[in-house]
Amino acid sequence: MDGTTRPNLGPRNMPVRFRRALVGRYLSEGIVRWFCFVCALISVLTTFGILYVLISQSIPFFRNVSPVDFFTGSVWSPTPEPGKFGVLPLVAGTLMITVGAGVFAIPMGLLSAVFLSEYASPRVRNVLKPALELLAGIPTVVYGYFGLFFVTPLLRRFVPDIQSSNVTSGAIVVGIMILPLVSSLCEDAISAVPRSLREGAYGLGATKAEVTGKIVLPAALSGIMASFILALSRALGETMAVTLAAGANPALTFNPARAIETMTAYIVETTKGDAEVGTVRYNSIFAVGITLFVVTMVMNLVAARLVKKFRQVYSWA
Amino acid sequence: MGLMPADNGLLRRRKRIDRLFHALCFGAAGLGVLLLALFLYKVLIDGVQRFSWTFIVSNLSSRPGRTGIWPAVVGSTYVMGLTGVISVPIGVAAAVYLEEFNTRKSRLTEFIQLNIANLAGVPSIVYGMLGLAVFVRWMALKETVLSGALTMSLLVLPMVILITQEALRAVPKGYRDGSLALGSTYWQAIRYQVLPSAAPGIFTGIILAISRAIGETAPLIVVGAAAYVSFLPHSLDDRYTVLPIKIFDWAGEAKRGFNEDAAAAILVLMIVLLVFNSLAIFLRARARSRR
Repeated sequence: MDGTTRPNLGPRNMPVRFRRALVGRYLSEGIVRWFCFVCALISVLTTFGILYVLISQSIPFFRNVSPVDFFTGSVWSPTPEPGKFGVLPLVAGTLMITVGAGVFAIPMGLLSAVFLSEYASPRVRNVLKPALELLAGIPTVVYGYFGLFFVTPLLRRFVPDIQSSNVTSGAIVVGIMILPLVSSLCEDAISAVPRSLREGAYGLGATKAEVTGKIVLPAALSGIMASFILALSRALGETMAVTLAAGANPALTFNPARAIETMTAYIVETTKGDAEVGTVRYNSIFAVGITLFVVTMVMNLVAARLVKKFRQVYSWA
Repeated sequence: MGLMPADNGLLRRRKRIDRLFHALCFGAAGLGVLLLALFLYKVLIDGVQRFSWTFIVSNLSSRPGRTGIWPAVVGSTYVMGLTGVISVPIGVAAAVYLEEFNTRKSRLTEFIQLNIANLAGVPSIVYGMLGLAVFVRWMALKETVLSGALTMSLLVLPMVILITQEALRAVPKGYRDGSLALGSTYWQAIRYQVLPSAAPGIFTGIILAISRAIGETAPLIVVGAAAYVSFLPHSLDDRYTVLPIKIFDWAGEAKRGFNEDAAAAILVLMIVLLVFNSLAIFLRARARSRR
């Protein structure tokens, strides 16, 4: 349907009241069109708003703390004033959680996607898939509760002096959280592989494991990679689960039994508390925010590019 | 010799690897279900003693075991209701523009589309910071129900748009052509033919978007939803708290014995989400059977 053709207002000798009715109709048509256009534009405004806010609010911060100190400093202690703002402890905390979650969720998610698309009978699928969807629908703060009151006590049995909020517990709950995402996106990628490729391999006598490992997974590779990236970017931006389960202790440590603080958890801790507007501490959340935003944005764009490439490869099928 | 493969050992090994792989995949898929069951079990065990009607309708208290969640329930209802009122018309209109009014895809609309897909992947806490700077400070709405709802609206908007677009795409082209052939304008075709037949899909999307927003915590903390509010919000410029923030607050105060209250609040939240999700599934199923 093409809404851009010029309105046909009828023959010249048409009675005026008919002409008026027609003009009114096209006028309201135009108004509706513009309204819808403006609504679509709001999403663009949101993006620019985010960029503007993050940049403009972090400029005062970078006037007080040089970007070099910010990106290379290894001590993060906003209080007491004037405070030290080296972002590395937060970055290290975020990375440990993300990598840990990925180590758990990526193989598990991929294997369960293979099971759902290659092995499961429709009946088994109908049980497993909704369960995974439910897991995906649980609010992240509930994952935090789970980490604090289930995963940590469990870990304490093996490592008695583990802190109640710690890296391991945070990474595990975030891993559980992104598991359904990896699984459903991988499944989409795997089921988009043409059936004929599988049949060809079966015809040559390959077993199911061989078909999956040597034909299906390589063929779906870019889609699978995209799903990994998307899931990791979700883990990176995850907030409530890590604030509860991994802690609020911005220490540069690689000890998985210790509490750390991620970039997102710092933003929550600061805004929850009493940071006064205009202080360096208040502005620092925007500097941390823009770091987070840029990294996730790049990851999402790379994933989108991979998905696009993946779609083109099998356009013939 | 005959037609038998020369090396039976190799074949046996390949089959063994195949069985192993099958078991591995099954285990991975079963793990998800197991974890879900563990989750529910843990929350149920912790929360069931505190869970009661009195718990839901009582006021907040600073004493563990005595507190209720009513202000948080009312706060969540206000914020989510307002979020729906703001984001649904805008989201549906944006989707109508992108799908219906825009068949000659221009650079601009392609950019808008890419932009929406990207926004859907932005961490929710970033929306909180946008809301903090724009609604709370710049528009001076302060830490009120309205500023919270506006922030949540921006957060769910990409999701509402994407799902509505999908629903619109599923409407057969003939509906539009038929309407236009009878002399309707484009808007009339959309209003009386396309939107009604896409309605179930759109409703499903809205419910899913709102049920995601109900559990969102981070952006509301950033825009200043309070952890402790002893009164109920009465108007749009009142302070408020919401259910997930209460859960966060109580879970963080583990030492003072609030964790059972947190678990009971989680139960309430999960029941609400379950109702919403079942409603969405029901609507989707009914729409499918009618087609």
